[in-house]
Amino acid sequence: MAVEQALSSQVATSTKLRVENLNMVFAHDGKSTPVLENINLEVSTGEFVCVVGPSGCGKSTLLNLMGGFLSPTSGAVRIDGEVVHGPDPRRIFVFQERGVFPWLTVAGNIAFGLFKLAPEESRERIAHYIKMVGLQEFEEAYPSELSGGMKQRVEVARALAVNPDTLYLDEPFGALDSITRHVMRAELLRIWQTERKTVVFVTHDIDEAVQLADRVVVMSARPAMIQEIVDIDISHPRDISSPRYLQLRDGILQQIGLAHKI
Amino acid sequence: MSVLAEPSKREKFLWPVLAFAAFLSLWHYSVIWSGTKVFPAPVQVERGMLELFHKNILWQDIGSSLLRVAIGFGAATLVGIPLGLTFGWYAGVNQVVNPVMQILRPISPIAWIPVAIIFFGVGDNAAIFLIFMGAFFPIVVACGNGVSNVPVVYRRAGRNFGLAPTQLLARVIFPAALPQIIVGLRLALGIAWLVVVAAEMVAVDSGLGYLVIDSRNSGKRYDLVVAAMVMIGVIGLILDLCFRRLERIKSVRWGFRDEF
Repeated sequence: MAVEQALSSQVATSTKLRVENLNMVFAHDGKSTPVLENINLEVSTGEFVCVVGPSGCGKSTLLNLMGGFLSPTSGAVRIDGEVVHGPDPRRIFVFQERGVFPWLTVAGNIAFGLFKLAPEESRERIAHYIKMVGLQEFEEAYPSELSGGMKQRVEVARALAVNPDTLYLDEPFGALDSITRHVMRAELLRIWQTERKTVVFVTHDIDEAVQLADRVVVMSARPAMIQEIVDIDISHPRDISSPRYLQLRDGILQQIGLAHKI
Repeated sequence: MSVLAEPSKREKFLWPVLAFAAFLSLWHYSVIWSGTKVFPAPVQVERGMLELFHKNILWQDIGSSLLRVAIGFGAATLVGIPLGLTFGWYAGVNQVVNPVMQILRPISPIAWIPVAIIFFGVGDNAAIFLIFMGAFFPIVVACGNGVSNVPVVYRRAGRNFGLAPTQLLARVIFPAALPQIIVGLRLALGIAWLVVVAAEMVAVDSGLGYLVIDSRNSGKRYDLVVAAMVMIGVIGLILDLCFRRLERIKSVRWGFRDEF
């Protein structure tokens, strides 16, 4: 335990992910559209970073570049100092619940990435993560029999089961109703606090970002640049009616150019 | 709820039976009113069918037809699925092969009859070749489309977990495309069953198609012609119903959700 603590305090300060002078230009029908312009960002090990910005600004593109699904036009994404060239099981991308495989059961989905493990260890992990996301009794259910929130839990469990050090979440709760979204945020925080993964979380929901993140990266409209990085200096559990919370949220709303009143 | 559901269940059964009875009586009275001496009434057809059963002809013919379909359709499946998966997987291959496929696809299998006879002579192989030609293209096209329609999220998720290309094909692409492949196979089986009858009329001397043409040629037994036609319809329906059961399998049912 002591060793673990020492280790976690030691790595807490090290840089996990570094985005260096990243530019992304999409060529389409002979036209080139710059999407990302000169992005520089550092994320520490175990940090929870949210990326917010107007819709279509390129925040998902940034996440796909970090995940290795796209190659940058120039610049690089480095993880632990190494340039990212493709996807890797150490860094799992969580889509909206659309990423769950409908032809596999809940247990089958969670087992998906565990094919290199011994059967016994794989079984243990499946059981552990099914319990963690509260889907006992649903092991043999198919995704079409589940609600959106349950599918999202399956996808998170599938990602965690391979024990990645980084999670990329692309508007993971965007398709959920607001009550389920609240529950899922709390669950994600609980899981993050026990597992201490590095998390990069893209959302268009500013409240969500301020509730979850250690830092919020605010991006501008396309071509996206980093407009500001806001430290959320409130400890968990966060009181979402506290003056500091409202102040931070309003600050970000203003950054994006949204009025406080509708 | 159950009080309301019960009559609708009965009606579901009742109306088709009534329609069937109406069809039979329309047939029956049309034969009587028109005074035709050639076309049989339902009762004559029933007697004809019993006659065929007693002579053991019908079982043999059904067996030969089913065997030809099994071989032709089976070969089309074995060749068509890997080929279709390849076309869907490699966009480049698809671009090269697609024009040829698009020209061959709309040619009716019946048009291949002379070619089949040149290649294989008159006999079983010609019939099987025709069934193959009829079933092959729908299977290839369904597989190719199935693979290229696999959502990018599934491919990315598969790659993210470190799957090699062959593993990705087996564990993500194929299961994701399977509902569409099954639809293609079902369509192909229906076509195979259409083609076997035509093929047996020209190429061989057994099977339900041969029974139809032989009953006419040797003694103008139109009661037997129609009896054979009814059998063709019934067996075609049974084949389709069997195939539909595949769509209920849990690991593919998600692709047919609109049917529930």
